[in-house]
Amino acid sequence: MHNKYPSEPLKLWKKAKELREQYYLNYARAKDNGGLRWSGSAWALDALPAGLGEDVYSLTGEPYAAAVSHDRKFAKECMDAAESYGFARDLCSYMRIYWGGMHLDKYLFGGKFPKPDFIFQSQICCSHSKWYQHVAVAEQVPQFYVDVGVGPYKDLTDARLDYVVGQLNEGIEFLEQSTGRKFNDELFIRAVKNEMRSTSRWADICALNKVKPAPLDEKTMYSLYVLATLSKSSQWCADFYDELYEEVKDRVARGIAAVPNESVRMMSDTQPPWSFLKIFRYLETFGAVSIGSLYTFALEGIWETKPDGTWGGRTLPWNKGIEINDRQTALRLYADWNLSKPQWQHFYDPRIKTEMMLRIVKEWQVDGVMLHLNRGCEGLSLGIMENRMGIAKAGVPIMTYEGNMGDEREFDEVRTQARVDAFMEQLGQRRQAA
Amino acid sequence: MITAGIDMGSRTVKVVLLEEIKVEGAPQLKYAIKKTHIMMPGDLDPDQAAEKVYDDVLTGAGLKRDQVSAVFATGAGRKQVAFATEGITEMTAGAKGASYMFPLARTVVDVGAEEGRGMKTDEQGRAVDFAGNEKCAAGAGSFAEAMSRALQMNLKEFGEASLLSDKSIPMNAQCTVFAESEVVSLIHSATPKNDIAKAVLDAVASRVCAMVRRVGIEGEVVLIGGMVHNAGFVQSLKNAMGVDKISLPDMPEYISALGCALIAAERQH
Repeated sequence: MHNKYPSEPLKLWKKAKELREQYYLNYARAKDNGGLRWSGSAWALDALPAGLGEDVYSLTGEPYAAAVSHDRKFAKECMDAAESYGFARDLCSYMRIYWGGMHLDKYLFGGKFPKPDFIFQSQICCSHSKWYQHVAVAEQVPQFYVDVGVGPYKDLTDARLDYVVGQLNEGIEFLEQSTGRKFNDELFIRAVKNEMRSTSRWADICALNKVKPAPLDEKTMYSLYVLATLSKSSQWCADFYDELYEEVKDRVARGIAAVPNESVRMMSDTQPPWSFLKIFRYLETFGAVSIGSLYTFALEGIWETKPDGTWGGRTLPWNKGIEINDRQTALRLYADWNLSKPQWQHFYDPRIKTEMMLRIVKEWQVDGVMLHLNRGCEGLSLGIMENRMGIAKAGVPIMTYEGNMGDEREFDEVRTQARVDAFMEQLGQRRQAA
Repeated sequence: MITAGIDMGSRTVKVVLLEEIKVEGAPQLKYAIKKTHIMMPGDLDPDQAAEKVYDDVLTGAGLKRDQVSAVFATGAGRKQVAFATEGITEMTAGAKGASYMFPLARTVVDVGAEEGRGMKTDEQGRAVDFAGNEKCAAGAGSFAEAMSRALQMNLKEFGEASLLSDKSIPMNAQCTVFAESEVVSLIHSATPKNDIAKAVLDAVASRVCAMVRRVGIEGEVVLIGGMVHNAGFVQSLKNAMGVDKISLPDMPEYISALGCALIAAERQH
């Protein structure tokens, strides 16, 4: 294989893995010292439960299920359990894996499935509320849902923001009543600031991938973005991304490539089939690097259009002179921040997503787009064929493949490789000897 | 110079030997098909099938292996052609072969046993966009074959029967397995076989057409692959695509092998 660029492993790789593992162990061990456990999705507004104390730990369902799906045997066991409970196979595969593990009472990181003390969840994805409603019923724990489906951020009005903020105030009452703890505004405000730091900084890190050669490849990014899906409002997450930003900036300065033979740049979409991430390594045999996706960049990353028209991490309020010193200011800014999340916009209109994808194609110098028609996630696959049409219409080479992020029974590795082969031929790439 | 293209399909193996013809002053290279050969692998394993079909075609052409400059393979089993110089995908090979036969082709539809696919091609015969069926057989030749078996007809009879029907019976099932149940229900309700045959081929055509529409229908439309031999399917596809004409090559099952041999020849220059 001909290497065009120098490459080296990411120094913070090990730390990212350790932080992730610690997160899951903290959740399991929360009760050892009288702490609290709660569960919800990676989009839950987790700065609020953080106001209950520093011994409050979450289990976010999607990254947990994605971690399970790397263990193909256990994932199958979980899905079988969910299906034998009566749930249909075409439901969200993360949800089935989570439910199956709960009913089997088995935790991926050892021992019994840790029971949450309460559910705290946001509602925009079609499966999220039903997911945690079943958990709450099965585990007999209190539940609270925040409806954040108020329309695209570009159309946000004061009334829409008030609607969300009003629910957050009710959420604080729920947290106090269901746990018997007093809500601490200082901890909450700190968590809000941490989340803003994490999600803006992650966007800054992704923006560094605009250069050639890309300092990060998407397979690696999956192990980094995941920290924000676990605990975006934690100090450790925000601090890690600051550290990571410095390392990636240094890689850019030194011309360090993630894929040393980079000659063509790809962009993916939606969650990948987690137990077949080797598809990204297969791309590399053609000199193709996946520089990321709207999914990797903006599932948690919060972005804004900069004065020069390009995309970058959203400016932190205090850097614009807005101080956060009281609960209501924090709630309002926090709601506004989350409602601007790019990955929430496509729920309203696929054209918004197409526009963002075409922006990535342009700014990240993408040569081809690879869409995963993810049968495991209705939410993120919503409108994906509209996206395909819009991207193809813009003259950008595009391919699709079918699969499922969590259920490997719906992924055909050989056929997917054949699709990649054809797409690489279309892009004029030939396979390089390994 | 002689090159070979081998299409290792899921049901048949096709091979084309191509000879470059030197014409002084000609603006572009010319080729002639020296020999073609097709075989059903039967009990042979795929490795042996590739060896056998290649030896047979060389014998038929009076050639030895070292007289062939390059052997390119395509098809679902292309990686099993151990002696191939290079493997290329069915999309690239099919688009190239179809464009060679029909230089104005911009939309190529390939319906073989295992897969149906649509390609948008450029003036050089390159596939610039493509779409294909996934794990489902409902847009492929094997679907039609399974349904013809349910009607106890061979494929030729099946295609001809459909042309005798002027009925339009929608097949609701998208899956081969359930579609077969639907065919059985139609048989039990005394629906004439001709109408059932048309219903099945309309359903396959509809699935294929939906795939082709993803890449867009432009310019001359060419159909390649074994389903070209099914006149009923060709008519159904024409209706579904809303086009007046679908160009059909003389040797539809060889087009991908031909495309392979052409690309092999081009790469020698």
